[in-house]
Amino acid sequence: MNVSFELNGKQTTLEIEQRESLAEVLRGRCRLTGVKISCEAQVCGSCTVLVDDLPVSACTLLAYEVRGKRVTTIEGLADDSGRLHPLQQAFLDHFSFQCGYCTPGMILAAKALLDENSAATDAEIVAHMNGNLCRCTGYLPILKAIRQAANQLRGQK
Amino acid sequence: MTTLSRFEIHQPTCALEASQMLAHYGEEAGIYAGGTELLLAMKHSALNYRHLIDLKVVPGLNSIDMRNGSLEIGATSTHRSIERSPNVQQHQPALAEMESQVANVRVRATGTLGGNLCFAEPHSDPATLLLVLGGSVKIESAAGAREIPVSELIAGAYASNLQPGEILTKITVPSAKPTHRSAYMKFQIHERPTLGLGLWLDTPDEGRTFTSARVAVGCVCPFPTRGLNAEKLLTGSHADVEKRLSEAADAIADAADLLDDHEGSAEYKRHLIHVFLQRVFRKALGESLA
Repeated sequence: MNVSFELNGKQTTLEIEQRESLAEVLRGRCRLTGVKISCEAQVCGSCTVLVDDLPVSACTLLAYEVRGKRVTTIEGLADDSGRLHPLQQAFLDHFSFQCGYCTPGMILAAKALLDENSAATDAEIVAHMNGNLCRCTGYLPILKAIRQAANQLRGQK
Repeated sequence: MTTLSRFEIHQPTCALEASQMLAHYGEEAGIYAGGTELLLAMKHSALNYRHLIDLKVVPGLNSIDMRNGSLEIGATSTHRSIERSPNVQQHQPALAEMESQVANVRVRATGTLGGNLCFAEPHSDPATLLLVLGGSVKIESAAGAREIPVSELIAGAYASNLQPGEILTKITVPSAKPTHRSAYMKFQIHERPTLGLGLWLDTPDEGRTFTSARVAVGCVCPFPTRGLNAEKLLTGSHADVEKRLSEAADAIADAADLLDDHEGSAEYKRHLIHVFLQRVFRKALGESLA
Protein backbone atom coordinates (compact mmCIF):
# COMPACT_ATOMS: atom_id res chain seq x y z
CA MET A 1 0.00 0.00 0.00
CA ASN A 2 0.99 3.65 -0.42
CA VAL A 3 1.51 5.73 2.71
CA SER A 4 1.74 9.52 2.55
CA PHE A 5 3.05 11.40 5.54
CA GLU A 6 5.21 14.34 6.51
CA LEU A 7 8.73 13.19 7.36
CA ASN A 8 10.90 15.76 9.10
CA GLY A 9 8.95 18.55 7.43
CA LYS A 10 8.87 17.03 3.93
CA GLN A 11 5.81 15.47 2.35
CA THR A 12 6.67 11.85 1.58
CA THR A 13 4.88 8.98 -0.16
CA LEU A 14 6.21 5.45 0.12
CA GLU A 15 5.07 2.06 -1.06
CA ILE A 16 5.11 -0.12 2.03
CA GLU A 17 4.05 -3.58 3.10
CA GLN A 18 1.40 -3.55 5.81
CA ARG A 19 3.54 -5.76 8.04
CA GLU A 20 6.46 -3.30 8.07
CA SER A 21 7.27 -1.45 11.26
CA LEU A 22 7.93 2.26 11.15
CA ALA A 23 11.53 1.53 12.19
CA GLU A 24 12.04 -0.82 9.23
CA VAL A 25 10.74 1.82 6.84
CA LEU A 26 12.66 4.73 8.37
CA ARG A 27 15.96 2.86 8.65
CA GLY A 28 15.76 0.65 5.57
CA ARG A 29 14.13 2.91 3.01
CA CYS A 30 14.62 6.44 4.27
CA ARG A 31 18.14 5.75 5.57
CA LEU A 32 17.32 7.51 8.83
CA THR A 33 19.58 5.36 10.97
CA GLY A 34 19.25 7.64 13.98
CA VAL A 35 16.27 5.39 14.74
CA LYS A 36 18.00 2.77 16.90
CA ILE A 37 16.73 -0.75 17.42
CA SER A 38 17.36 -2.52 20.69
CA CYS A 39 14.74 -4.35 22.78
CA GLU A 40 12.04 -4.49 20.06
CA ALA A 41 9.46 -4.74 22.83
CA GLN A 42 8.57 -1.10 23.61
CA VAL A 43 10.59 -1.22 26.81
CA CYS A 44 13.90 0.54 26.15
CA GLY A 45 12.95 3.63 24.11
CA SER A 46 15.95 3.63 21.77
CA CYS A 47 13.64 3.59 18.71
CA THR A 48 11.55 6.55 19.94
CA VAL A 49 10.30 8.84 17.18
CA LEU A 50 7.54 11.44 17.28
CA VAL A 51 4.25 10.92 15.45
CA ASP A 52 2.12 14.06 15.54
CA ASP A 53 4.40 15.24 18.38
CA LEU A 54 3.80 12.15 20.55
CA PRO A 55 6.61 9.68 21.31
CA VAL A 56 6.06 6.17 19.93
CA SER A 57 8.16 3.01 19.62
CA ALA A 58 9.03 2.80 15.92
CA CYS A 59 10.06 -0.86 16.42
CA THR A 60 6.49 -1.91 17.15
CA LEU A 61 4.33 0.73 15.47
CA LEU A 62 3.29 -0.30 11.98
CA ALA A 63 4.32 2.19 9.28
CA TYR A 64 0.66 1.89 8.20
CA GLU A 65 -0.21 4.02 11.25
CA VAL A 66 1.53 7.19 10.07
CA ARG A 67 -0.68 7.79 7.04
CA GLY A 68 -1.55 11.47 6.98
CA LYS A 69 0.59 12.19 10.05
CA ARG A 70 3.80 14.05 10.90
CA VAL A 71 6.87 11.95 11.75
CA THR A 72 9.93 13.48 13.39
CA THR A 73 13.24 11.66 13.81
CA ILE A 74 16.49 12.91 15.31
CA GLU A 75 17.62 13.85 11.79
CA GLY A 76 14.82 16.44 11.66
CA LEU A 77 15.76 18.40 14.77
CA ALA A 78 18.60 20.67 13.67
CA ASP A 79 17.52 23.67 11.58
CA ASP A 80 18.38 24.10 7.91
CA SER A 81 21.65 25.86 8.71
CA GLY A 82 22.71 22.90 10.84
CA ARG A 83 22.21 24.67 14.15
CA LEU A 84 21.36 22.07 16.78
CA HIS A 85 18.08 21.98 18.69
CA PRO A 86 18.54 23.23 22.29
CA LEU A 87 18.13 19.65 23.54
CA GLN A 88 20.87 18.36 21.23
CA GLN A 89 23.21 21.14 22.36
CA ALA A 90 22.36 20.53 26.01
CA PHE A 91 23.14 16.79 25.66
CA LEU A 92 26.56 17.78 24.29
CA ASP A 93 27.13 20.41 26.99
CA HIS A 94 26.41 17.95 29.81
CA PHE A 95 28.04 14.92 28.13
CA SER A 96 24.70 13.17 28.54
CA PHE A 97 25.81 10.04 26.70
CA GLN A 98 28.70 7.65 26.45
CA CYS A 99 27.92 5.06 23.81
CA GLY A 100 25.15 7.29 22.43
CA TYR A 101 22.80 4.49 21.43
CA CYS A 102 19.88 5.72 23.55
CA THR A 103 20.49 9.39 22.76
CA PRO A 104 18.19 9.95 19.75
CA GLY A 105 15.29 8.36 21.63
CA MET A 106 16.11 10.32 24.79
CA ILE A 107 16.18 13.63 22.94
CA LEU A 108 12.93 12.96 21.06
CA ALA A 109 11.11 11.80 24.20
CA ALA A 110 12.32 14.93 26.00
CA LYS A 111 11.26 17.11 23.07
CA ALA A 112 7.70 15.77 23.31
CA LEU A 113 7.63 16.75 26.98
CA LEU A 114 9.16 20.21 26.60
CA ASP A 115 7.00 21.09 23.58
CA GLU A 116 4.01 20.48 25.82
CA ASN A 117 5.42 21.80 29.09
CA SER A 118 8.75 23.61 29.11
CA ALA A 119 8.21 24.33 32.83
CA ALA A 120 8.26 20.62 33.73
CA THR A 121 9.56 19.88 37.23
CA ASP A 122 12.33 17.33 37.84
CA ALA A 123 9.69 14.86 39.02
CA GLU A 124 7.69 15.39 35.82
CA ILE A 125 10.81 14.98 33.69
CA VAL A 126 11.72 11.73 35.46
CA ALA A 127 8.15 10.37 35.21
CA HIS A 128 8.02 11.19 31.50
CA MET A 129 11.47 9.75 30.74
CA ASN A 130 11.21 6.57 32.81
CA GLY A 131 10.54 4.45 29.71
CA ASN A 132 13.83 5.46 28.06
CA LEU A 133 16.71 3.38 29.33
CA CYS A 134 20.40 4.34 29.42
CA ARG A 135 23.04 1.90 30.59
CA CYS A 136 25.97 4.37 30.54
CA THR A 137 25.26 7.66 32.22
CA GLY A 138 23.30 6.95 35.38
CA TYR A 139 20.70 9.42 34.07
CA LEU A 140 21.82 12.51 36.02
CA PRO A 141 23.56 14.16 33.03
CA ILE A 142 20.43 13.50 30.97
CA LEU A 143 18.24 15.19 33.59
CA LYS A 144 20.63 18.16 33.69
CA ALA A 145 20.55 18.51 29.91
CA ILE A 146 16.75 18.45 29.80
CA ARG A 147 16.64 21.06 32.56
CA GLN A 148 19.03 23.30 30.61
CA ALA A 149 17.05 22.95 27.38
CA ALA A 150 13.81 23.65 29.26
CA ASN A 151 15.28 26.87 30.65
CA GLN A 152 16.43 27.90 27.21
CA LEU A 153 13.13 27.07 25.52
CA ARG A 154 11.23 29.00 28.20
CA GLY A 155 13.49 32.00 27.55
CA GLN A 156 12.66 31.87 23.84
CA LYS A 157 8.92 32.07 24.42
CA MET B 1 15.27 -6.41 13.34
CA THR B 2 12.37 -8.83 13.66
CA THR B 3 10.14 -8.78 10.60
CA LEU B 4 6.52 -9.76 11.04
CA SER B 5 4.92 -12.45 8.90
CA ARG B 6 2.64 -11.12 6.18
CA PHE B 7 -0.88 -10.11 7.04
CA GLU B 8 -3.64 -8.03 5.54
CA ILE B 9 -5.20 -5.12 7.42
CA HIS B 10 -8.94 -4.62 7.06
CA GLN B 11 -10.75 -1.36 7.82
CA PRO B 12 -14.32 -1.88 9.04
CA THR B 13 -16.71 1.07 9.01
CA CYS B 14 -18.63 0.03 12.13
CA ALA B 15 -18.41 -2.47 15.00
CA LEU B 16 -20.90 -4.76 13.29
CA GLU B 17 -18.77 -4.94 10.14
CA ALA B 18 -15.71 -5.64 12.30
CA SER B 19 -17.61 -8.48 13.93
CA GLN B 20 -18.62 -9.87 10.54
CA MET B 21 -15.00 -9.70 9.34
CA LEU B 22 -13.86 -11.48 12.50
CA ALA B 23 -16.47 -14.20 12.00
CA HIS B 24 -15.60 -14.50 8.30
CA TYR B 25 -11.86 -15.02 8.76
CA GLY B 26 -12.23 -17.07 11.94
CA GLU B 27 -9.04 -18.12 13.67
CA GLU B 28 -6.89 -16.43 11.04
CA ALA B 29 -8.06 -12.99 12.18
CA GLY B 30 -7.48 -10.82 15.20
CA ILE B 31 -8.70 -7.42 16.31
CA TYR B 32 -6.03 -4.75 15.99
CA ALA B 33 -6.72 -2.01 18.52
CA GLY B 34 -3.31 -0.44 19.18
CA GLY B 35 -0.84 -3.23 18.65
CA THR B 36 1.27 -2.69 21.74
CA GLU B 37 0.72 -6.27 22.86
CA LEU B 38 -0.65 -7.93 19.72
CA LEU B 39 2.34 -7.06 17.53
CA LEU B 40 4.79 -8.25 20.19
CA ALA B 41 3.00 -11.59 20.36
CA MET B 42 3.09 -11.77 16.55
CA LYS B 43 6.81 -10.95 16.46
CA HIS B 44 7.41 -13.97 18.65
CA SER B 45 4.95 -16.12 16.64
CA ALA B 46 2.82 -16.60 19.75
CA LEU B 47 -0.01 -15.40 17.50
CA ASN B 48 -0.03 -15.87 13.73
CA TYR B 49 -2.93 -13.86 12.34
CA ARG B 50 -3.18 -13.53 8.55
CA HIS B 51 -5.84 -10.82 8.89
CA LEU B 52 -5.88 -7.86 11.27
CA ILE B 53 -9.13 -5.95 11.69
CA ASP B 54 -8.28 -2.36 12.51
CA LEU B 55 -10.84 -1.31 15.10
CA LYS B 56 -9.17 2.12 15.49
CA VAL B 57 -10.61 3.34 12.20
CA VAL B 58 -14.20 2.75 13.32
CA PRO B 59 -15.67 6.22 13.96
CA GLY B 60 -16.82 7.03 17.48
CA LEU B 61 -15.12 4.12 19.23
CA ASN B 62 -12.58 6.40 20.94
CA SER B 63 -14.98 8.78 22.65
CA ILE B 64 -15.06 9.37 26.41
CA ASP B 65 -18.39 10.62 27.78
CA MET B 66 -20.28 10.93 31.05
CA ARG B 67 -23.73 9.36 30.78
CA ASN B 68 -26.18 8.40 33.54
CA GLY B 69 -23.58 8.81 36.27
CA SER B 70 -20.97 6.67 34.56
CA LEU B 71 -17.98 7.21 32.36
CA GLU B 72 -18.44 5.58 28.98
CA ILE B 73 -15.05 4.96 27.42
CA GLY B 74 -14.84 3.79 23.82
CA ALA B 75 -12.73 0.66 23.40
CA THR B 76 -10.10 2.33 21.20
CA SER B 77 -9.47 5.23 23.59
CA THR B 78 -5.73 5.33 24.23
CA HIS B 79 -4.32 5.24 27.74
CA ARG B 80 -3.10 8.78 27.13
CA SER B 81 -6.50 10.08 26.09
CA ILE B 82 -8.07 8.58 29.24
CA GLU B 83 -5.28 10.00 31.42
CA ARG B 84 -5.86 13.46 29.89
CA SER B 85 -9.67 13.35 29.70
CA PRO B 86 -11.23 16.13 31.84
CA ASN B 87 -14.25 13.84 32.30
CA VAL B 88 -12.10 11.05 33.74
CA GLN B 89 -9.98 13.41 35.84
CA GLN B 90 -13.12 14.92 37.34
CA HIS B 91 -15.36 11.89 37.74
CA GLN B 92 -12.94 9.02 38.42
CA PRO B 93 -9.54 10.50 39.34
CA ALA B 94 -8.12 7.13 40.47
CA LEU B 95 -8.61 5.87 36.91
CA ALA B 96 -6.89 8.93 35.40
CA GLU B 97 -3.96 8.55 37.78
CA MET B 98 -3.56 4.83 37.09
CA GLU B 99 -3.67 5.46 33.33
CA SER B 100 -0.94 8.10 33.69
CA GLN B 101 1.35 5.34 34.97
CA VAL B 102 0.63 2.50 32.54
CA ALA B 103 3.89 1.20 31.01
CA ASN B 104 5.59 4.25 29.45
CA VAL B 105 4.70 7.34 27.38
CA ARG B 106 5.05 5.48 24.08
CA VAL B 107 2.74 2.65 25.07
CA ARG B 108 0.25 5.15 26.49
CA ALA B 109 0.22 7.07 23.20
CA THR B 110 -0.76 4.02 21.14
CA GLY B 111 -2.17 1.33 23.45
CA THR B 112 -5.91 1.27 24.03
CA LEU B 113 -7.99 0.32 27.05
CA GLY B 114 -10.15 -2.13 25.10
CA GLY B 115 -7.07 -3.83 23.68
CA ASN B 116 -5.48 -4.03 27.10
CA LEU B 117 -8.54 -5.71 28.64
CA CYS B 118 -9.09 -8.17 25.78
CA PHE B 119 -5.44 -9.20 25.73
CA ALA B 120 -5.73 -10.07 29.46
CA GLU B 121 -2.03 -9.70 30.14
CA PRO B 122 -1.61 -10.75 33.79
CA HIS B 123 0.28 -7.50 34.49
CA SER B 124 -2.53 -5.22 33.29
CA ASP B 125 -2.90 -2.22 35.57
CA PRO B 126 -6.34 -1.17 34.25
CA ALA B 127 -8.00 -4.56 34.78
CA THR B 128 -7.04 -4.67 38.47
CA LEU B 129 -8.33 -1.18 39.18
CA LEU B 130 -11.52 -1.68 37.14
CA LEU B 131 -12.37 -4.73 39.27
CA VAL B 132 -12.65 -2.50 42.34
CA LEU B 133 -14.24 0.47 40.58
CA GLY B 134 -17.03 -1.79 39.33
CA GLY B 135 -16.17 -1.50 35.64
CA SER B 136 -18.14 -3.33 32.99
CA VAL B 137 -17.72 -3.85 29.27
CA LYS B 138 -20.10 -3.83 26.32
CA ILE B 139 -19.62 -6.67 23.86
CA GLU B 140 -21.15 -6.59 20.40
CA SER B 141 -21.56 -9.06 17.58
CA ALA B 142 -23.99 -9.86 14.79
CA ALA B 143 -26.01 -11.74 17.43
CA GLY B 144 -26.53 -8.57 19.47
CA ALA B 145 -24.96 -6.77 22.40
CA ARG B 146 -24.33 -7.78 26.01
CA GLU B 147 -22.76 -6.08 28.99
CA ILE B 148 -20.68 -7.97 31.56
CA PRO B 149 -18.49 -6.98 34.52
CA VAL B 150 -14.75 -6.78 33.84
CA SER B 151 -14.32 -9.78 36.17
CA GLU B 152 -16.34 -11.92 33.74
CA LEU B 153 -14.39 -10.72 30.72
CA ILE B 154 -11.12 -12.13 31.98
CA ALA B 155 -10.89 -15.90 31.72
CA GLY B 156 -7.24 -16.36 32.64
CA ALA B 157 -3.72 -15.37 31.65
CA TYR B 158 -3.95 -13.97 28.10
CA ALA B 159 -7.49 -15.31 27.79
CA SER B 160 -10.77 -13.44 27.55
CA ASN B 161 -14.32 -14.78 27.52
CA LEU B 162 -15.09 -13.18 24.16
CA GLN B 163 -16.87 -15.62 21.85
CA PRO B 164 -15.98 -15.92 18.14
CA GLY B 165 -17.05 -12.77 16.32
CA GLU B 166 -17.52 -10.77 19.52
CA ILE B 167 -15.95 -7.33 19.92
CA LEU B 168 -15.49 -5.24 23.03
CA THR B 169 -16.77 -1.77 22.12
CA LYS B 170 -17.15 0.17 25.37
CA ILE B 171 -15.96 0.25 28.97
CA THR B 172 -18.35 1.69 31.56
CA VAL B 173 -17.00 2.92 34.89
CA PRO B 174 -19.32 4.32 37.57
CA SER B 175 -18.23 7.81 38.58
CA ALA B 176 -16.76 8.35 42.04
CA LYS B 177 -19.29 9.53 44.64
CA PRO B 178 -18.27 11.92 47.45
CA THR B 179 -18.34 8.97 49.89
CA HIS B 180 -15.99 6.85 47.78
CA ARG B 181 -12.26 6.53 48.39
CA SER B 182 -10.13 4.60 45.96
CA ALA B 183 -6.52 4.14 44.93
CA TYR B 184 -4.26 1.95 42.84
CA MET B 185 -0.60 1.32 43.54
CA LYS B 186 1.98 -0.85 41.89
CA PHE B 187 5.47 -2.08 42.64
CA GLN B 188 7.83 -2.32 39.71
CA ILE B 189 11.52 -3.08 39.33
CA HIS B 190 11.33 -5.10 36.11
CA GLU B 191 9.88 -4.42 32.65
CA ARG B 192 6.40 -5.02 34.00
CA PRO B 193 4.93 -4.48 37.46
CA THR B 194 5.53 -7.20 40.06
CA LEU B 195 2.39 -6.24 41.97
CA GLY B 196 -0.69 -4.11 41.37
CA LEU B 197 -3.20 -3.44 44.13
CA GLY B 198 -6.51 -1.61 43.83
CA LEU B 199 -8.73 -0.58 46.75
CA TRP B 200 -12.18 1.01 46.83
CA LEU B 201 -13.95 2.03 50.04
CA ASP B 202 -17.34 3.57 50.77
CA THR B 203 -17.37 5.80 53.83
CA PRO B 204 -20.42 7.84 54.85
CA ASP B 205 -18.49 9.82 57.49
CA GLU B 206 -15.20 11.04 56.01
CA GLY B 207 -13.23 7.87 56.69
CA ARG B 208 -14.33 7.05 60.25
CA THR B 209 -16.23 3.94 59.15
CA PHE B 210 -16.29 1.88 55.99
CA THR B 211 -19.62 0.38 54.96
CA SER B 212 -18.35 -1.37 51.87
CA ALA B 213 -14.97 -2.31 50.40
CA ARG B 214 -13.53 -3.86 47.26
CA VAL B 215 -9.92 -4.93 46.86
CA ALA B 216 -8.13 -6.63 43.95
CA VAL B 217 -4.59 -7.74 43.28
CA GLY B 218 -2.87 -8.22 39.93
CA CYS B 219 0.52 -9.22 38.45
CA VAL B 220 1.31 -11.66 41.28
CA CYS B 221 -1.21 -14.15 39.89
CA PRO B 222 -2.40 -15.35 36.44
CA PHE B 223 -5.25 -12.82 36.34
CA PRO B 224 -6.44 -9.89 38.50
CA THR B 225 -8.28 -11.30 41.48
CA ARG B 226 -10.73 -9.83 43.99
CA GLY B 227 -10.08 -10.61 47.66
CA LEU B 228 -13.70 -11.25 48.66
CA ASN B 229 -12.90 -12.45 52.18
CA ALA B 230 -10.55 -9.52 52.65
CA GLU B 231 -13.34 -7.13 51.71
CA LYS B 232 -15.35 -8.21 54.77
CA LEU B 233 -12.32 -7.44 56.95
CA LEU B 234 -12.03 -4.00 55.36
CA THR B 235 -15.47 -2.85 56.54
CA GLY B 236 -16.13 -1.42 59.99
CA SER B 237 -14.55 1.40 61.94
CA HIS B 238 -11.29 2.93 60.73
CA ALA B 239 -9.53 1.67 63.87
CA ASP B 240 -10.80 -1.89 63.44
CA VAL B 241 -9.99 -1.99 59.74
CA GLU B 242 -6.51 -0.69 60.40
CA LYS B 243 -5.95 -3.47 62.94
CA ARG B 244 -7.18 -6.07 60.45
CA LEU B 245 -5.05 -4.93 57.49
CA SER B 246 -2.53 -7.70 58.02
CA GLU B 247 -5.26 -10.33 58.22
CA ALA B 248 -6.88 -8.81 55.11
CA ALA B 249 -3.55 -8.95 53.23
CA ASP B 250 -3.34 -12.68 53.98
CA ALA B 251 -6.92 -13.10 52.77
CA ILE B 252 -6.03 -11.38 49.47
CA ALA B 253 -2.94 -13.57 49.09
CA ASP B 254 -5.04 -16.68 49.83
CA ALA B 255 -7.60 -15.69 47.18
CA ALA B 256 -4.95 -15.13 44.50
CA ASP B 257 -3.08 -17.97 42.86
CA LEU B 258 0.34 -16.52 43.75
CA LEU B 259 3.00 -17.44 41.22
CA ASP B 260 6.61 -18.43 41.81
CA ASP B 261 8.38 -16.84 38.86
CA HIS B 262 11.28 -14.62 37.82
CA GLU B 263 9.66 -11.71 39.63
CA GLY B 264 9.86 -13.53 42.95
CA SER B 265 8.53 -16.34 45.07
CA ALA B 266 4.93 -16.66 46.17
CA GLU B 267 6.12 -15.91 49.70
CA TYR B 268 7.74 -12.68 48.53
CA LYS B 269 4.56 -11.65 46.74
CA ARG B 270 2.53 -12.31 49.88
CA HIS B 271 4.92 -9.97 51.69
CA LEU B 272 4.43 -7.31 49.01
CA ILE B 273 0.65 -7.55 49.43
CA HIS B 274 1.09 -6.86 53.16
CA VAL B 275 3.28 -3.81 52.51
CA PHE B 276 1.14 -2.40 49.73
CA LEU B 277 -2.24 -2.93 51.38
CA GLN B 278 -1.02 -0.64 54.18
CA ARG B 279 0.12 1.92 51.63
CA VAL B 280 -2.90 1.79 49.34
CA PHE B 281 -5.21 2.13 52.37
CA ARG B 282 -3.44 5.35 53.38
CA LYS B 283 -3.32 6.59 49.82
CA ALA B 284 -7.06 6.00 49.30
CA LEU B 285 -7.77 8.03 52.44
CA GLY B 286 -5.37 10.79 51.45
CA GLU B 287 -3.16 10.06 54.46
CA SER B 288 0.60 10.45 54.48
CA LEU B 289 2.44 7.34 53.32
CA ALA B 290 5.37 7.96 55.66
